[in-house]
Amino acid sequence: MSGERPPEREHGLHLLLQMLRVRRFEERCVELYSAAKIRGFMHLCIGEEAVAVGVMEALQPEDAVVATYREHGHALVRGVSAAAVMAEMYGKLEGCSRGRGGSMHLFDAATRFCGGNAIVGGGLPLAVGLALADKLQGHKRVTACFFGDGAVAEGEFHESMNLAALWRLPVLFCCENNLYAMGTRIERYESETNLALKAASYEIPAWSVDGMDVLAVEDAARKAAAEVRAGGAPCFLELRTYRFRAHSMYDPDLYRPKEEIERWKQHDPISALTAQLREGGVLRDGDIEELERSVAEEIDAAIGFAEAGTLEPVEDLERFVYSEGPAA
Amino acid sequence: MSASATVTVSYREAIREAIRESMLADQRVFLMGEDVGAYGGCFGVSKGLLEEFGPERIRDAPLSESAFVGAGIGAAMGGMRPIVEVMTINFCLLALDQIIDNAATITHMSGGQFQIPLVIRMTTGAGRQVAAQHSHSLEGWLAHIPGLKLLAPATLADARGMLAPALADPNPVLIFEHGSLYNVEGELPADAGAVDIERAAIRRAGGDVTIVAYGGTLTTALAAADELAAGGIEAEVIDLRVLRPLDDAAVIESVTRTHRAVIVDEGWRSGSLAAEVSARIMEQAFYELDSPVARVCSAEVPMPYPRHLEQAALPQASTVVAEVQRMAGASG
Repeated sequence: MSGERPPEREHGLHLLLQMLRVRRFEERCVELYSAAKIRGFMHLCIGEEAVAVGVMEALQPEDAVVATYREHGHALVRGVSAAAVMAEMYGKLEGCSRGRGGSMHLFDAATRFCGGNAIVGGGLPLAVGLALADKLQGHKRVTACFFGDGAVAEGEFHESMNLAALWRLPVLFCCENNLYAMGTRIERYESETNLALKAASYEIPAWSVDGMDVLAVEDAARKAAAEVRAGGAPCFLELRTYRFRAHSMYDPDLYRPKEEIERWKQHDPISALTAQLREGGVLRDGDIEELERSVAEEIDAAIGFAEAGTLEPVEDLERFVYSEGPAA
Repeated sequence: MSASATVTVSYREAIREAIRESMLADQRVFLMGEDVGAYGGCFGVSKGLLEEFGPERIRDAPLSESAFVGAGIGAAMGGMRPIVEVMTINFCLLALDQIIDNAATITHMSGGQFQIPLVIRMTTGAGRQVAAQHSHSLEGWLAHIPGLKLLAPATLADARGMLAPALADPNPVLIFEHGSLYNVEGELPADAGAVDIERAAIRRAGGDVTIVAYGGTLTTALAAADELAAGGIEAEVIDLRVLRPLDDAAVIESVTRTHRAVIVDEGWRSGSLAAEVSARIMEQAFYELDSPVARVCSAEVPMPYPRHLEQAALPQASTVVAEVQRMAGASG
């Protein structure tokens, strides 16, 4: 699958805007982390933006998303407001998880964003179950399940592939292959590095896609999501991508050569799409500036919202350990 | 039907009837687990349900505890009311990540946005000579986890009546069925139904000592109480029923009257539920005690296969009796 056709102006600008929102949001997060406004673990997807942006194009509002601890981009693109995500990073009551989750545990019931999951592979069985619920209730929905290449080594990956295929459950498995399980390169932890082959061995239709090309990702995701929705059975996408930053804020990034990082930066998905739009003649003077201005405005407002947010009273510490509502 | 009509049922049949009733009452309820369908359940609990409800609602799962327990959590988030059967507590170790990191945390981590109305049933306990890997009593471990509710039906009425309120609860509820109880038979009212899942219960009234038990050890505690009664000591037997959140009040109220307590727990003593109950008595009723709280737990050894060693490892009524007599003697 490829994304070689030039996009329409409006759609191209929309994709560019979404990727810029994620990139600039995370760049500001780094500053805020340095300023100790954000604490804990924080994992950035800078470099990988095309994956979340491309896949989300294929989803409908009634679909569900299960993500990992590297999920700021997925949440923003899915429609969780930048303000609610930033307030969550600040640990504020106004955050999308009332501040109780932080960077790794963004939740939003309204957009069926079923969490950033911080145990590698832990989200896959959940996605299988969400899809099972849809199937049993006769909903024609897709559950998009994001996970990294590292998860492929977990038992939960194999158990979930088998179960989803066996029961023909509508899951779109999206494997973000950035070549590293934290600091261990894929050749050093996988006997078979063709990840699509693993899914195919469970009789799941599987494709490998250039995850640095947002149009290719969108194209592949639309076809796969349509197949999942129509057939009610899973599909698998291996999205070949790369993170430009370290694994987390604690990672000195000493396990990969600088030249490798520089080489991948030549495939920056934002620069690539910008160039494509320019070559296609659909990008006008001032477009980029306009996008950047609107993104900066959104993020400034999100930071303002988070700064002005309130801290949950300590008396409420033990709330939500058990559900307060009546059973839905 | 008159209110006094009763039927003879086994513990196994009582659970099966509870599952049937829940499935008839609510289309969202389904049963999922290893061998629950064609085999009829490893312990025969779900026998006949596949024929009655079909394979969509009685789902045989692969030997993938993590995936099908996690799928139960996801299905609960997605609007269903799953009953997940983990064949035995021993195999729940393969699904602990899902139970502890997802079922127990998602409501809290999401600021209350998502509910996990899930029931996980599992057989627990030793006593059948199946050796170390198949004889665990890890309820105490799971009772450590905030976000979970734990039930231990020790009677036919609880086997019949705990499932419906567990399914109605918006939180993950774990139900532990002691393997020694499935064949126990007795009378139940023909219209037996839901019971409360908040309170401990006094199974035998007495004023001289409180014996706290749950699940499989209730039988042991009652046998000990009978023996003590023959010697003139009236024991009050409390069945915890709910292992999390613990009903402290029932235990404290009893101890306040009897001034002595023995806890009988099939778990290992170190870090056990018995340790927790003991600590709570100490915290809340220390000055009511005429004697230190005693515990009768399993010996700290992987469960051995031969019958004489297994029985030596497990809490016995005779040990409970001896503890109470020692206590009574010591405190005059």
